[in-house]
Amino acid sequence: MSKVLDIRQLSVSFPGQAQPAVDNVSLSIGQGRMHALVGESGSGKSLTALSILKLLPPTADAHAEAIDFRDENIFVASEPRLRALRGAAISMIFQEPLSALNPLHKVEKQICEGILLHQKITPDAVRKRCLELLAKVQLPNPESLLNRYPHQLSGGQRQRVMIAMALANNPALLIADEPTTALDVTVQESILDLLKQLQRDLDLAVLLITHDLGIVQRYAEEVSVMRAGQIVEQGNTGEVLSAPQHEYTRHLIDSAPGGHAPTPQSGTNLLSVDELSVRFTQRQGMFARKSLFTAVDHASIEVPKGETLGIVGESGSGKSTLAMAILRLLGSEGRIRLGDTRLDQLTGDALRPQRRRMQVVFQDPYGTLNPRMTIGQIVAEGLQVHQPALSRAQRDEAVAAILREVGLDPDTRHRYPHEFSGGQRQRVAIARALILEPELLVLDEPTSALDRSVQHQVLELLRSLQQRHGLSYIFISHDLRVVRAISHKLVVMHEGRIVEQGDTERIFTAPEKPYTQRLIHAAFDETLKRA
Amino acid sequence: MQFSNPVTQRQWNAFRQNKRGYWSLWLFSVLFVLSLFAELIANDKPLVMRYQSEFYFPVAVSYPETTFGGVFETEANYRDPFVRELIENDGWMLWPLIPYSYNTINYDLDVPAPAPPSADNWLGTDDQGRDVLARIIYGFRLSVLFGLVLTIASSIIGILVGAIQGYYGGWIDLAGQRFLEVWSSMPILFLIIILTSFVTPNFWWLLGIMLLFSWMSLVDLVRAEFLRCRNFDYVRAARALGVSSPVIMFRHMLPNAMVATLTFMPFILNSGIVTLTSLDFLGFGLPPGSPSLGELLGQGKANLQAPWLGISAFASLSILLTLLIFIGEAVRDAFDPRKYLS
Repeated sequence: MSKVLDIRQLSVSFPGQAQPAVDNVSLSIGQGRMHALVGESGSGKSLTALSILKLLPPTADAHAEAIDFRDENIFVASEPRLRALRGAAISMIFQEPLSALNPLHKVEKQICEGILLHQKITPDAVRKRCLELLAKVQLPNPESLLNRYPHQLSGGQRQRVMIAMALANNPALLIADEPTTALDVTVQESILDLLKQLQRDLDLAVLLITHDLGIVQRYAEEVSVMRAGQIVEQGNTGEVLSAPQHEYTRHLIDSAPGGHAPTPQSGTNLLSVDELSVRFTQRQGMFARKSLFTAVDHASIEVPKGETLGIVGESGSGKSTLAMAILRLLGSEGRIRLGDTRLDQLTGDALRPQRRRMQVVFQDPYGTLNPRMTIGQIVAEGLQVHQPALSRAQRDEAVAAILREVGLDPDTRHRYPHEFSGGQRQRVAIARALILEPELLVLDEPTSALDRSVQHQVLELLRSLQQRHGLSYIFISHDLRVVRAISHKLVVMHEGRIVEQGDTERIFTAPEKPYTQRLIHAAFDETLKRA
Repeated sequence: MQFSNPVTQRQWNAFRQNKRGYWSLWLFSVLFVLSLFAELIANDKPLVMRYQSEFYFPVAVSYPETTFGGVFETEANYRDPFVRELIENDGWMLWPLIPYSYNTINYDLDVPAPAPPSADNWLGTDDQGRDVLARIIYGFRLSVLFGLVLTIASSIIGILVGAIQGYYGGWIDLAGQRFLEVWSSMPILFLIIILTSFVTPNFWWLLGIMLLFSWMSLVDLVRAEFLRCRNFDYVRAARALGVSSPVIMFRHMLPNAMVATLTFMPFILNSGIVTLTSLDFLGFGLPPGSPSLGELLGQGKANLQAPWLGISAFASLSILLTLLIFIGEAVRDAFDPRKYLS
């Protein structure tokens, strides 16, 4: 087995930063092997990959002893030589297929461009090659696909087109930078399966960049664990993951969501939703007929007091819409009962006092806090609405207490959101919701934008808060591992409908519906797929 | 300057780094503040005078001629050689830098009006014998004040309409947009001319009539910003907290829209001044006799043999507008996150 790529002592630094972004990284990939580069965001994974083809931002300063590609040191190669390599012998797949494809060009043109750049062949041959590639990435009806635009394809199809483009010139090395992060679990699985199959069929060397240890475990033969620009551990995937030597690797493995939801205290129902539907009207133009799009279709759920209801489903399945309708932030049909109150019959001023009983935490820790307000102002806002009688000192005291409760230093309340990390911001968002002492907390993908280890801490916090205050949660996520770690009951949604619901453990161990089975299989299959 | 909000602080620093805009702001502020005290700089009444061992302040108080031993019961004309002689025989007068007001007619000209620049009239006189420099100082003040009031009023209306359209969306937005399209497609200058001929135009009438059309420039910007913001997580979180709509709009969404608004304000000010000037130039603007840059431009056109009229008006207008454009550019750049974050 010969080495296709051999990076020796690569460093990348940026002016004005004391720490190099990539620090003395060495790694090699053999022919027909998949090497995973795993680490949290900001650890320098992507920069390492971009250095191979010298695609770094212009301010970056890179040094390396050598980057050998098939025994040629490409670190010192000239720009024309690099151009000849890019997209031909070494090609890349990016994270977001929609922005990596040109929206104005048809699929055929996108693929052909790469071929024509590097090969001199006739138009007929190019077209034939395109069809061949699309068949190779297992897209149905390649003929009709050639004339489509990127927006007419689904996320998975776009990523397949990207892979086809990457394969167009028979590369020896494929660099995949988080190729499935933007995709749903089932699509994710099929794309990675495809990559694995191509690696085997074409004897490709693949550098796979990911933050997901589950993917590494299933697909990669070798792994490098990166932290703060350095590779802390490297070796055979099975060995590294089963017997991690470095504490950081152990920490990463341990912070995979695990454990179970705390035992609930009582069994009475807090929230019951009956036959709830949300419909959006769609119109094409001013005078066209209205058409109805049903985002949530006759959903009925119940949340017992002190328990967590997990809602899982792929993007577009209506899980967030359902939650927003329950919070009465979206119009809906059907009955919503919180305790003894019929929420669906209240509007405006009558609804406002009820709002303190149900609060929400959103996904994006950066968008959820107003950048122009201090942490203290953000957390206190709800109090101003619901307890206007409180004096400034009392309010300040309540804010300090709640910040302490979510594990933040109360002295930070005079600072602005941009000074906080993602995990801390999410704690602030939780504090803002909790200060009103709600009975129901809706958590809309609260951990999806966070790194594994931070995710772990936030889940721990949510669990302990639930135990202390007897809170009920509605926990929405596409990540089944996270949901399993926190929910008592589970609802599986697909295309606006509830496919299956019941006790979490029952669904995970014995899913009844084929869709649920597929979802769970995609998330929990941990055997290494042999190349 | 120190701000508590770090974002504002960074924007202010970025503004200061644009030397041209920063100095333009200073220069404009100095000119504007000076022009606010135009009565103390250019006036046909003495600032202070002493007559029979008593102090008088003719700039602020009106004294009849009889006070100084004259014959008329009306306010004393201090430029009259007879009155001047009466006072200086028994006291003294301290005149402003320019001893003419915008409407003072200089009867002592050696040549027929318009008179060329001289030691008496530094920029010459117009065709009615009034001092050009005094008229420019008063005209500058009037133009800027008019522009400022117009800008503030049309910003308030524009932000309000844009915010309501963007926040509520749906039918309100649709109806508002159609109305704006119709309203903005009117030939504005001609309509203003027609409307001003119905009334005797003065400062407030002109302001009101121009306001009818100038509030639209901000609506689209603010509306787009509100449409974008209303699905921000922190806005949704505020709604979930039960915060009322006006408070959400004011506290959470308006600051985002203010960036676009502040960026646009110097340009609205500019166009307000230009419209007023063109109305005055055409003779449909402020009442006759008012100090106005547009009227001076008109005189320059009518008296091509007296180039100091046109040149003075042109220079003062172009300096004013250029300063405002420089300030506007600097504000725009300061609010551009790509600039102040780098």
